[in-house]
Amino acid sequence: MIEGARWRRWVYFYIPLAVFVFVLLFPFYWMMVTTVRPDNELYRPWMAPNYTPFWTLHPTLEHIKFLLGETLFSTWMLNTLLISIAATIISLFCGLLAGYALSRLKFPFAGGLGTGIFITYLVPQTLLFIPLADIIRSFKLGDTPWALILTYPTFLIPFCTWLLMGYFKAIPKELEECARIDGATRWRAMIYIIFPIAVPGILSAGIFAFTLSWNEFIYALVFLSSPAEKTVPVGVTSELIRGDVFFWGPLMAGALLGSIPVAMIYSFFVEYYVAGLTGSVKG
Amino acid sequence: MARVLIRNLNKFYDKDVHAVQDVNLEIRDKEFLVLVGPSGCGKTTTLRMVAGLESITSGQVLIGDTVVNDLPPMDRDIAMVFQNYALYPHMSVHDNMAFGLKMRGMERAEIAKRVQEAADILGIGELLKRKPRQLSGGQRQRVALGRAIVRHPQVFLFDEPLSNLDAKLRVQMRVELKKLHRRLNTTAIYVTHDQVEAMTLGDRVVVMRGGLVQQVGEPLELYNAPVNRFVAGFLGSPAMNFAGVRVSDAGGGLRAQRNGLGIDIPPEVTPRLQRYRDNEVTLGIRPEDLQLANGSDAPGLCFDAVVEVVERLGAETVLDLQVGDQTMVAAVEPTVRAKPGDKLRIAMRPERLHFFDKSSEAAI
Amino acid sequence: MAVTSYPVSEAYAGGPRRGAFTRLLEDERWLALVLLLPTTLLLAIFIAYPFEKGIELSVTDSKVGVPGVFVGLSNFVALMDDSIFRTAVWNTFYYTIVTTIFKLALGLWLALLLNRHFRGKAVTRAFVLLPFIIPTVLSTFAWKWMFDPTFSVINWTLFRVGLIHGRINWLSDPDLAMVSVIIVNIWRGVPFYAISLLAGLQTINPELQEAAAIDGARPWQRFWHVTWPLLLPVTMVVVLFSIIQTFADFQLVYVLTSGGPANSTQLFATYAYQIGVGTGLLSQGAAISLAMFPILLIVVIVQLLYIRRVETH
Repeated sequence: MIEGARWRRWVYFYIPLAVFVFVLLFPFYWMMVTTVRPDNELYRPWMAPNYTPFWTLHPTLEHIKFLLGETLFSTWMLNTLLISIAATIISLFCGLLAGYALSRLKFPFAGGLGTGIFITYLVPQTLLFIPLADIIRSFKLGDTPWALILTYPTFLIPFCTWLLMGYFKAIPKELEECARIDGATRWRAMIYIIFPIAVPGILSAGIFAFTLSWNEFIYALVFLSSPAEKTVPVGVTSELIRGDVFFWGPLMAGALLGSIPVAMIYSFFVEYYVAGLTGSVKG
Repeated sequence: MARVLIRNLNKFYDKDVHAVQDVNLEIRDKEFLVLVGPSGCGKTTTLRMVAGLESITSGQVLIGDTVVNDLPPMDRDIAMVFQNYALYPHMSVHDNMAFGLKMRGMERAEIAKRVQEAADILGIGELLKRKPRQLSGGQRQRVALGRAIVRHPQVFLFDEPLSNLDAKLRVQMRVELKKLHRRLNTTAIYVTHDQVEAMTLGDRVVVMRGGLVQQVGEPLELYNAPVNRFVAGFLGSPAMNFAGVRVSDAGGGLRAQRNGLGIDIPPEVTPRLQRYRDNEVTLGIRPEDLQLANGSDAPGLCFDAVVEVVERLGAETVLDLQVGDQTMVAAVEPTVRAKPGDKLRIAMRPERLHFFDKSSEAAI
Repeated sequence: MAVTSYPVSEAYAGGPRRGAFTRLLEDERWLALVLLLPTTLLLAIFIAYPFEKGIELSVTDSKVGVPGVFVGLSNFVALMDDSIFRTAVWNTFYYTIVTTIFKLALGLWLALLLNRHFRGKAVTRAFVLLPFIIPTVLSTFAWKWMFDPTFSVINWTLFRVGLIHGRINWLSDPDLAMVSVIIVNIWRGVPFYAISLLAGLQTINPELQEAAAIDGARPWQRFWHVTWPLLLPVTMVVVLFSIIQTFADFQLVYVLTSGGPANSTQLFATYAYQIGVGTGLLSQGAAISLAMFPILLIVVIVQLLYIRRVETH
């Protein structure tokens, strides 16, 4: 609470907040402006007169057209979409079952397994990518979406499990006990009673998993080589650059369009997203 | 035949905690049996073992003639009402009640019929489409009961179902439960820590403490002839008065003496107390058995007391009395006029005296 | 009363016959096994196995297409002599420590700002999280474009305002490159810190602050003595995740500088990529990756112990 004079509020609150928001959002604005700015404006030297960097008076769709027409961008979008959805489904499935077991069943080594899963969450992809590339090759999965669909869950499952455990723990055990007395097996009590109640958690975990999949880079970079198989982050990085020449217009268009699916899901489900983020931290 | 037999039932937690010790009970067909005792006495654990929610360390539980030790809860043909109602929050009242029947593969039409039946009995017909969060505590309680009733089980199990209700509602529901049981005519095992519920609801009452059964019997039997000090003090409100007294010879009979409290032991009791001559025993007398002395009371059973606190409840007046070096509670007629500081002469009813061994606490 | 006689089940003859599998799943332990099987399998094949393989690789001399022979720890020894590797180690530590400090400070500040009530709070909070949501590679490209030597909008602004007279080579100057990379990392990480810490702040009972204020504590004192200690558990978890991610970071540097210029931004991950995938020296690449592990392990253990100690307080 900042009591006192009006100016204090401005200096200590509104201005810093505005600066933060501006700095955090400017690059996206820049992305948008560059996407619709024609090439001749784009490549004008920075010290040239009449340079209006912050807006353009001649917006154009040529970069977007180039992106969608001359490159494999739409294929990349499709690939990324499919891979993310598939990986999310697998991770949710495993996470639901594992989360339920760890939070509501008593069995030997429960603590150890829980810790084990947590530890795998901490193993960074950059530690494993070289030997994993070899393994993927030997499984004959190289350069296919399966290389990613099967490996992404390695960092998605621990997260989903952990998040869902939090939601499961909040459900009173009497509900399951009652269901079992009513005539349900443990399995059916889990499916008919526990899972429906945990739907908000499932949504949060799913959205977060989808976003994390979309964001993954190094596995996609190393396991995929044909341009037609690539995901958006990799495609944009490798195919929109010829030698040392960067095609900034299409590049920014790609960056913008490539962010849209995630941004859209985010905008509809902000609360679930934040719940997912904070749930994973409060654990 | 839906009687429940509990034979030598034991439950150990982690090898050292002996939560339930050698419990032997027979609950007769259609009987309403109450398990009562302070928290931690093992009553809930026993109930849960009958339900199949806790594993049995040793002993047997039989429902009907079948040993159910290894049967999962769903196969024991029982229904349970939980303290927190445990209603499925994502389902409507109707679906809550229908769940068990659905799990057993009953047809839609039959399920609807049964649910309607139970709803009519409990008066929750208009609530069928609502979700639990839209119901009051009392309504939720009824839905929980309805869910149990539709199953037509062999045995009903109740785990402190009235504890979450406010006092007035609790009294109301108590009466309704009694009526319901008469109507349903099914065996029931009811767990509570409230001795009033035990006394009013049970056909028979089991008092438990520290994992052990203290006494089994009809409510009045336990009230009038408790087998030990614990049962005597647990049932009845205000609780029984206890005083450590010394038994000594007094001209042909025996006398029990304590600082400020000296009474002649009535002849009916004397034989039981003979071997305690010159020893200490615990005297027990219920507050309602202490009345203002009038001329017709035997002088040997009267004593003096000073009033400390007066509580007028309307139906009776409770007096906190200072007797010698200790406090006793008397529940007297509401017409008694007394104020703090008054000196009164109190009389005991001879047939209402209880004596307990000082060390074993068993009734003498 | 419609129900005159209440039907009770027939003489109870025991439960219905159940299949063996159903019986099995009624046992908590077997059910747990079945439920945990998919996860354990996936993690075993794609984490445990690669990890073990990684160790295997690092103690041989494999290259792409050429299986290697056992060479003991010579890869690691060679790394210690490798000046680029040593630079990468130093860079990674520097990068991690500097960014974490700034991310924590700025994230905390932002969290405190967002913790107050103002119009448009929810929208602001939603927008603030964007840098974290948008795929890193894509937003990093935006920064790369903003840093471009010829067309940088930052340079343009600074020049117009009169703060500089020549252009700043954000990414091509060896001294500045690390600064630029750090800036982008901080930009990306602040929202994560801010939102997580905000959640932590919101669990702190405001009455504690008010009581302290009544007791005469100034804002800074209130923060230090009341808020900060209660925020510590959440902070430690956030810092733990962040340190691990930053230490093993790849995407950001790969896009911005690929480790250059002159290895001034080379990190463990980028160097491992360069050696293992770029040059095809699998074993050495694996060794570089694995060299991260002991440090990460220590960080994790230290923080977990600290968290446990703070939580049991």
